Amino acid sequence: MASTYLALLIGFALAAYFAGARRAVALSAGNPASLHSRPAYHGFYAAILATAPGFAVLIGWWLFGGRVLDRIVGARFQVLLSAMSGPQQQAFIRDARNLAGGIVYGEPTPEKEAAAALYRSLFASTDIVLGLILAALAALGLVLALRTITARRRTRHFVERFVRGVLIACSVVAILTTIGIVLSLIFESLRFFQKVPFLDFLFGTHWSPQSAFVGAGGDGEIDAGVFGAVPLFAGTLLITLIAMLVATPIGLLAAIYLSDYASSKFRAVAKPVLEILAGVPTVVYGFFAALSVAPVIRRLGDGMGLSVSSESALAAGLVMGIMIIPFVSSLSDDIINSVPQALRDGSAGLGATKSETIRKVVLPAALPGIVSAMLLAVSRAVGELAAFALGLVLFCMTLALNVIALGVVARYRERYD
Amino acid sequence: MSNPDMAEPITPPAGHVAEEAADDSVAPVATVGETDPAPAADSHPVKIRSRNVDVFYGDKQALFDLGIDIRARMVTALIGPSGCGKSTYIRCLNRMNDTIEIARVSGLIELDGQDIYSPDIDVVELRARVGIVFQKPNPFPKSIFENVAYGPRIHGLAAGKTDLEEIVVTSLTRAGLFEEVKDRLEDPGTGLSGGQQQRLCIARAIAVSPEVILMDEPCSALDPIATARVEELIDDLRKNYTIVIVTHSMQQAARVSQRTAMFHLGYLVEEGQTDAIFTNPTDKRTRDYITGRYG
Ligand SMILES: Nc1ncnc2c1ncn2[C@@H]1O[C@H](COP(=O)(O)OP(=O)(O)O)[C@@H](O)[C@H]1O
Ligand SMILES: [Mg+2]
Repeated sequence: MASTYLALLIGFALAAYFAGARRAVALSAGNPASLHSRPAYHGFYAAILATAPGFAVLIGWWLFGGRVLDRIVGARFQVLLSAMSGPQQQAFIRDARNLAGGIVYGEPTPEKEAAAALYRSLFASTDIVLGLILAALAALGLVLALRTITARRRTRHFVERFVRGVLIACSVVAILTTIGIVLSLIFESLRFFQKVPFLDFLFGTHWSPQSAFVGAGGDGEIDAGVFGAVPLFAGTLLITLIAMLVATPIGLLAAIYLSDYASSKFRAVAKPVLEILAGVPTVVYGFFAALSVAPVIRRLGDGMGLSVSSESALAAGLVMGIMIIPFVSSLSDDIINSVPQALRDGSAGLGATKSETIRKVVLPAALPGIVSAMLLAVSRAVGELAAFALGLVLFCMTLALNVIALGVVARYRERYD
Repeated sequence: MSNPDMAEPITPPAGHVAEEAADDSVAPVATVGETDPAPAADSHPVKIRSRNVDVFYGDKQALFDLGIDIRARMVTALIGPSGCGKSTYIRCLNRMNDTIEIARVSGLIELDGQDIYSPDIDVVELRARVGIVFQKPNPFPKSIFENVAYGPRIHGLAAGKTDLEEIVVTSLTRAGLFEEVKDRLEDPGTGLSGGQQQRLCIARAIAVSPEVILMDEPCSALDPIATARVEELIDDLRKNYTIVIVTHSMQQAARVSQRTAMFHLGYLVEEGQTDAIFTNPTDKRTRDYITGRYG
């Protein structure tokens, strides 16, 4: 029902826009210069007054309405719920709500049926109330708008201020979300470090968190000794290093070929293909690479009399390196391409060969971008590969990588234009 | 010999006389105002000779059967409405058109009697002899010093560090920029003003000791004061270099050049001494263009 209201509200905003604009045109009496703001602004003014409060109510209802209903139902079935554990209570409420919406899991108990019936009646009445409130707000707003529109009314200022307010609201949401993520990360980590001593974590050499928990979701004893992060750090660093050694030369040389040597026909085909490949999540390549590359490496190792397991850092690094090649080369190609042609011409005009131009002018100019591309590719791969690893570790590593990237960029920036 | 100033070259390169005589039939363009040409022929032999030059971009022809002589140690101005092929022609002279995939050049272009499109010409060497300065200043994102040292480095012109420093200082001095930048040679070249950047680009071109300097509208991105400085510089440079300059400013052409060539729709309309072209053009299109009636 709420989505119907949304559609109606949008339609009403449109109608209010035209009503406001027409009113302004009528007031101008054929002389557009007599209006302070153009008719479109009067239209927006009417649309905002008529529907912005409605949208706010609707959003508020979406965010908090469900919880209010849950409270009401919970209060009605308090006797029943007080005998249950926390997760069981949540499951009861959830099942009842789903049941009311027509989604049935298993055999519902009579209590759940009763709760669902309550939900249904609550849904019905809130829909009516919500509809009435929205209609009243819209009608009031439109009347107010049409009453207040005059030729000299500064609706342009009103609209600009409203737009500014909306933008501020959006950025506040973005900032709050970020703060929320960081805070929850910190609190989770603090809880973790209450169980596992910090120094054991930092300098421990045994990492196998899977073996720490007995049974799924159990509250059992946690073996703090298996959370040594040294192998995690060292392993990640080693893998990253190997991956860079693989991906940098191949990706970069491919990008140079594509941007400066390939014919425009070849480029027209190869570049989109590369972009599509770069868009594929790296884990997908990781999966194929792990299936095909790791055995090859093991066989190679066997051939040289070494035993290389497919879980080794070498194998993982090679796989990761291969999987970021499309990403690295596509990104580097964009960056190399954005070096102005005028610089290439200037170098060629002095008698430099193509490769001299690339080595001495194009690459230095593109270097900061290329370094960031590498770090971006690696942090992306690390993020996807090590999604099972501890959030805070990843967070810190990514942060460190970004700081390094910024430093490198500032150090090597060679400005053009 | 319809062209008296070509008649008696005193210090020509080998084979010069014979070629001059042979090409009269393929130089159909009207030349004007050659009343007192003898001194020019002495001290200003033909440096670059073009005959029957056609240039295509894909299927589109941009230059038609062009024939023109560029004289040594003189400034030759190329004028004409936009899109008439001035840049295309100037880019033929040091084979910058090679870098454009779809460009195709045919005909004869000789530098000191040597065909620059012949297979045994090394483009790298050619561009060391024929430098180019572009419309928009394009210093490399490197220090002022490195910008000028770039050419000498890739051509191995400096024996050592002091040698290189000397070349850089000399080039900057000749480009009239040294006094302004001598205390900050390590600063980025891109931090200079537009006019200084253009003079840096000229210094960069001079540093490889070219014989010819091509300039494609070198002042169109500069303010009047910077323009005046560059014009002064060009006048100075002509003692040692052969200069070809594309310009849209008739006043500039009149101020800095000794010879002028008028292009129109890919054809050379006429070519001759600058004062003659400006006071007494033979072609109606030239007359209309320099009086601002179209273009
Ligand atoms: N790179 C190019 N690709 C295709 N056509 C070009 C290119 N450069 C120039 N042309 C065409 O060649 C003609 C001459 O251009 P140009 O030499 O730049 O003229 P001018 O410098 O006299 O303004 C124009 O019609 C232009 O569109
Ligand atoms: Mg041009």
